Amino acid sequence: MAKHIQVKDLDIYYDEFLAVQGVSMTIEPRSVTALIGPSGCGKSTFLRSLNRMHELVPKAKVEGQVAINGRDIYGNNVDPVDIRSEIGMVFQRPNPFPTMSIYENVAAGIRLTGARMKRSEIDDLVERSLRSANLWNEVKDRLHKPGGGISGGQQQRLCIARAIAVDPAVLLMDEPCSALDPISTQAIEDLINDLKPDYTIVIVTHNMQQAARVSDTTGFFNLADVGQPGRLIEMDTTAKIFSAPREQATEDYITGRFG
Amino acid sequence: MSVPTRTERETDLLRTETAPVRRTLPPWVPYAVLAAAIAVGGAAALAGVSAGLGAVLTVVLYAACVVTVSRLVEGPRKAKDRVVTTVVTSAFLLALVPLISVLATVISRGTARMDVEFFSFSMRGVVGEGGGVYHAITGTLMITGLATLISVPVGMLCGVYLVEYARGKLAAVITFFVDVMTGIPSIVAGLFAYALFALILGPGVRMGVMGAVALSVLMIPVVVRSTEEMLKLVPNELREAAYALAVPKWRMILKVVIPTALAGIATGVTLAIARVIGETAPLLVTVGITQSVNLNPFDGRMATLPVSAYYQYVNPGVPPDPALDRAWAAALLLIIIVMALNLVARLISRRFAPEAGG
Ligand SMILES: Nc1ncnc2c1ncn2[C@@H]1O[C@H](COP(=O)(O)OP(=O)(O)OP(=O)(O)O)[C@@H](O)[C@H]1O
Ligand SMILES: [Mg+2]
Repeated sequence: MAKHIQVKDLDIYYDEFLAVQGVSMTIEPRSVTALIGPSGCGKSTFLRSLNRMHELVPKAKVEGQVAINGRDIYGNNVDPVDIRSEIGMVFQRPNPFPTMSIYENVAAGIRLTGARMKRSEIDDLVERSLRSANLWNEVKDRLHKPGGGISGGQQQRLCIARAIAVDPAVLLMDEPCSALDPISTQAIEDLINDLKPDYTIVIVTHNMQQAARVSDTTGFFNLADVGQPGRLIEMDTTAKIFSAPREQATEDYITGRFG
Repeated sequence: MSVPTRTERETDLLRTETAPVRRTLPPWVPYAVLAAAIAVGGAAALAGVSAGLGAVLTVVLYAACVVTVSRLVEGPRKAKDRVVTTVVTSAFLLALVPLISVLATVISRGTARMDVEFFSFSMRGVVGEGGGVYHAITGTLMITGLATLISVPVGMLCGVYLVEYARGKLAAVITFFVDVMTGIPSIVAGLFAYALFALILGPGVRMGVMGAVALSVLMIPVVVRSTEEMLKLVPNELREAAYALAVPKWRMILKVVIPTALAGIATGVTLAIARVIGETAPLLVTVGITQSVNLNPFDGRMATLPVSAYYQYVNPGVPPDPALDRAWAAALLLIIIVMALNLVARLISRRFAPEAGG
């Protein structure tokens, strides 16, 4: 179920602006990969190119190859909708659907894609997803209240529940904890550990400790200067990156000497 | 020197004015001044000057007195504030004058015929007193209803296209023309509808749908614009959230974007209806007028409230009073309908707006 991602010579553009250049990496199934790096170096941009969300920005384009289990997602007759059904995403800012209840938000991935499911099955799925996201106890009495009517941290966990409800093979998380308190952050990290046996997880984070705690592999992105494209500087096991990185820039960043 | 010079006294005064604790006018002072100004203005009006001049005199007198007093007591900054307050308030009152005067006239002259007969009878065979606008009410409801049926799908789809699909030049061009269309004179819309149907059915046709088409020409741009504005307010993050769940674009628009914007769109549509329901000129050339009930919008003339008010007014007969009463009553009815539509619009936007984020 978990899938293997192979990226080769990926260049990512916003119109004429080359935002990320020459990224090649391999992401193993059933692992957690953390992407770290200073603000503006293209972590979000790279992450969004893995599920073809990048092309939603007008005039944005991608060159190079991203293969999921050997299949090039930028191939000629690949439907981006198919790709996204296998790859879930959690955004930096919580974005529950305001017109839908908490319950409907979790069920959105099923209902909006037109999949048929029995009512009782959806009930189960909603409960399971909310439990996995450590939100069930807080909202079980108000499942049919608006999804926008809960706290920011709860909204973020709701979004995680929504993403895992469709049972994706890969889960992309863009700074999922930046809006959360330490307890919810802990819950999300536990959740990531729980999900690891079944999913391939890629997480962008600004929190070094978090990267060290949850990830198996860490990739460090950096950019030479403002206006220059971001690059993948170094990628290795998390233990290696945090103890003995090969590059000076990585060490400087991790020890907080810049960025 | 034991006796201070005048200039010293003035500097003294200045010093108290710039002191941190300032004297302010007691709140009743402006009202007292206003009362005095009204008394003077009213007296002037009674003494033979026209009422308008009396009002102007009141405002000028009030402004001059309040500003002078305030300058002396509160200092120049406060005085400026009072000037601006006076100007803004008088502008507001000035804008209110025609509105209140129209409402007062229509209500005082229109209520005479607000009776059961007025709502339940047509004008068929009525000469002189009596008669009603039943035929015009049904006509107005049918024609505006049809116009709404045409405009809402067209306008909404066009708005969706502009926001969700169109890119670059084309969108800009369409938006420009929609803006131009918002400003076309209503008679032009009427002539357009007339010409369109004359081309197909020959000259001289009069039908309810022609009026509906004419009104649609006026309504569509309003619906397009309000849909566009409301869709633009839907945060992009919601679209991305839906995309990330592998929702196809059309479903995303249908199930996420439109529901989020629906309250705003419905408000816009209601206001668009209110805008066209009182149109007279386009209906005059396309639907004409009749004295009896016609419930078939595809056959022959139909009566509508604005046109029948107009018709009662230009062809009152002898004596003219019953017809003029009917015209005023029809006008009052129109105002009530428009007011009701505005209230509905407010209700919709209040009740159905999506819950704000926590
Ligand atoms: N929609 C866009 N249009 C044009 N340029 C963009 C757009 N989004 C991002 N960029 C540019 O692409 C580069 C990479 O941005 P990105 O958001 O990927 O950085 P990031 O590493 O995620 O930063 P942060 O840690 O602050 O989230 C930046 O120079 C940014 O200005
Ligand atoms: Mg980012």
